[in-house]
Amino acid sequence: MTKPIIQLSGVDKFYGDFQALSQIDLDIRTGEFFSLLGPSGCGKTTLLRSIAGFETPSAGSLHIDGKSMDGVPANKRPTNMVFQSYAIFPHMSVAENVAYGLKARRLPKAEIQERVSEAIFMVGLQGFDNRASHALSGGQRQRVALARALVLKPRVLLLDEPLSALDKKMREQMQSELRRLQRAVGITFVLVTHDQEEALTMSDRIAVIFDGKIAQVATPQMLYGMPSSRRVGNFIGMMNFLEAKILGTSGETVEVDVQSLGTLTLPLSQAPGGVEGCQSIGIRPEMLTILAEGQTAEREIEAVVSEVFYYGDMTYYDVTLPQKDAPVTVTMRNTAGRKVLAAGDTARVGWSPVSLLLLQ
Amino acid sequence: MMRGKGYFFKWYVALFLVFLYAPAILLPVFAFNDSSIVSFPLKGFTTKWFEVLQSTEALHVAVRNSLMIAVTTAIFSTIFGVLAARASTRFAFPARRSIMGFIMLPMVLPEIIIGVSLLVVIIQLGFELSLFTIILGHILICTPFCIAILSSAFMNLDRSLEEASIDLGQTRWNTFWMVLFPLVMPGIVASLLIAFTISLDEFIIAFFLSGTEPTLPVYIWGQLRFPQKLPSLMALGTLLLVLSISLLVLADYFRRRSLKKTGIENSGGFL
Amino acid sequence: MLLISPTLVFTLLMLAVPLIMVLALSFWTQSYLTLDRSFSLENYKTAWTEPMYQYLMARSLKISIFVTALTVLLAYPVAYFISFHVTPKRKAMWIFLITIPFWTSYLMRIFLWKVILGYNGVVNGSLMGLGLIEQPLSFILYNQNAVVLTLAHSWVPFAILPIFVALERVDRSLIEVAEDLGDNWLRRFFRVTLPLSMPGVIAATIIVFIPTIGDYVTPRLVGGPNGLMISNMIELQFKKANNAPLGAALAISAMAIVTCVTLVFVWMNRKFMRGPK
Repeated sequence: MTKPIIQLSGVDKFYGDFQALSQIDLDIRTGEFFSLLGPSGCGKTTLLRSIAGFETPSAGSLHIDGKSMDGVPANKRPTNMVFQSYAIFPHMSVAENVAYGLKARRLPKAEIQERVSEAIFMVGLQGFDNRASHALSGGQRQRVALARALVLKPRVLLLDEPLSALDKKMREQMQSELRRLQRAVGITFVLVTHDQEEALTMSDRIAVIFDGKIAQVATPQMLYGMPSSRRVGNFIGMMNFLEAKILGTSGETVEVDVQSLGTLTLPLSQAPGGVEGCQSIGIRPEMLTILAEGQTAEREIEAVVSEVFYYGDMTYYDVTLPQKDAPVTVTMRNTAGRKVLAAGDTARVGWSPVSLLLLQ
Repeated sequence: MMRGKGYFFKWYVALFLVFLYAPAILLPVFAFNDSSIVSFPLKGFTTKWFEVLQSTEALHVAVRNSLMIAVTTAIFSTIFGVLAARASTRFAFPARRSIMGFIMLPMVLPEIIIGVSLLVVIIQLGFELSLFTIILGHILICTPFCIAILSSAFMNLDRSLEEASIDLGQTRWNTFWMVLFPLVMPGIVASLLIAFTISLDEFIIAFFLSGTEPTLPVYIWGQLRFPQKLPSLMALGTLLLVLSISLLVLADYFRRRSLKKTGIENSGGFL
Repeated sequence: MLLISPTLVFTLLMLAVPLIMVLALSFWTQSYLTLDRSFSLENYKTAWTEPMYQYLMARSLKISIFVTALTVLLAYPVAYFISFHVTPKRKAMWIFLITIPFWTSYLMRIFLWKVILGYNGVVNGSLMGLGLIEQPLSFILYNQNAVVLTLAHSWVPFAILPIFVALERVDRSLIEVAEDLGDNWLRRFFRVTLPLSMPGVIAATIIVFIPTIGDYVTPRLVGGPNGLMISNMIELQFKKANNAPLGAALAISAMAIVTCVTLVFVWMNRKFMRGPK
């Protein structure tokens, strides 16, 4: 395992009585693409700005590259930031913007010129050097902001919701481009986003933050497949929940009584947040199947279709299980020959104990 | 219905503009009128009233005084304006609203109150009335206007521009000169021009606070009593109007440039 | 805090200190050249009981209220026209057009109204030329009408601006909703547009009302003996009559009245902003 470039331990941040961050412990590894994911107002931006040096934590320590950042101002830290609004200097051309940080370091003119054109080339803006910055599109501004930060070869690049101002198509294009850029330069990227899809597709690891606390740090697959709590499972993708009651544990298994599904014995590994205090069973909609005529599954349960949402490639069914009021969502791929059911139809829903998660 | 309403507004606004522009239009008319009485009917075209201005020594002194006062006022009220606008748009400090309200107070206070109260202080403290005392009064009334203009210039700045500059390794001091100053420069020019124009034309405070040396409006006030001086005053008024409008057009040009630089759509006009 | 302090200190020294001194002065008395610094309410007694001052104060208030009403009435349709009938691109130009005459020299502007309204002035000249009247009208200059008209002319651009801003903020779809719900133009105007633009009207009222009370040039130039206002008296006490304490008491009284009226407007504005529950 590579050694951490950013180490936070016990970081608190208060604004008056409001606690924006509470007891943040986090290691970010050298060279990884790390995302801070959470709903708006959860403290993820405060955390990023604390790393950048624009906020001073009320308690705790922050080390970058092994050095304490206590009392180190933003302009002396080995980090650079891409701002949400991009913050392109409107009175400077593209090249002047990119050269800004190099000039602050008083590098020789020739070197500045060389590095600026290198950076402009790297983000694909060659030919735009002398373009006035207010004549740029959103995507181009984003590239200038990237080049301006990367040209300084920071140890860490901090990105504050960099894609939120772009339209959907541009956003998807920039997602893959950011990923490519990160691999090419090998710099640690720390991205703040509220878009779970964005975090899943781009990151090596993700920290999910709720109410100023870290809820889970994991790879995208682990986060989706093994959320540590009901809240995380619900925030990342869709998840159905059934009430569950723990009857007892023995060795490596736990016995639970699950609403609609009956009594089951599950391995402890299916309780990623620990067995203690678990009251629900979570299951992803795609782990349930509406069984076609003659099709069988490991386990089956009778249900009534209450709503149908047809998406073309997919159909989302809301089905009502016996002994449960709120409907459960099942997503089905519309493969050739599969019949789309209508509301009111009865259906056999297939499931498997392996895909159940025991959650708090 | 629509048609009737449209006509009503067009006629109303046309009449209103006649009312609004009546004095401004008469000014040059009488300035070029070849008659020593300011009244109709007009007599003929002349430029002699402008020549009279050229040879009036007392007028030249008043103009010099006024220019000196206006330039000094413009510089100081803009400096005060920059400080206050920056502080109020960027930083939170205790009682900000009350402090800003107090500083903006001269904008709504009757000028006679300001004139009288400054006069009282100066006399009580035993100072002589001079051009300097007028400058103090003018800075007081111009600063709120400067703050109004500069606040919008500072407010239009994206705060992350500053942070970006610091993030890229620049010091706070350099950030001010390299990023903030160039971006608010047009606002500063507009503020200087507005303060200059207001000070140049201000009469009430100047009348209370002037000692033996008159400003231009105080001089004009003195001359209004003499009917034979009126035509040349019309010529003077015409020159002042042309000057004021040129300065305003200039100020507006800079304001627009400021908006353009910060990438904001132009909306509304002055003040 | 450090940034604001120079401006704040200057304003404190040049505004707060002088105002406090005027207040102090108003409680002192002066006979010829000696100033008696013992506390006395004599000046206020004079200012509030002597018929001449009472009369002047009442007249000033009356003129200011007339001016304010006339100005706002004149300004509203113009602001409405610019906001609703001018294409967005031209609006800035129109606002500029409205403000230009204001930059004619203040004294000249007032003086020219004397020329326009005078016995041989523009109005009488044209009316007689058209044969509408035989004798020059004399009721239009050197009286309160002239003061009201001239002051209204001075302040109308300042009334148009806040009303225009308030009208610009009115969400156009609200007016369309009213139309959709069956209101005609007049009802739409009185039930939607006018109430929503009320903050601008109140702001205009305050902006016009306060300085008109303090103007002493207009009454002096076009008011004649019956058009003089309280400011002329304050000026007289400070300069020629050399009774600064009485002048101070008059100034403080005038300011108190202005403040009261303004507070009423501010209170009305608050009520409008809050709206019905």
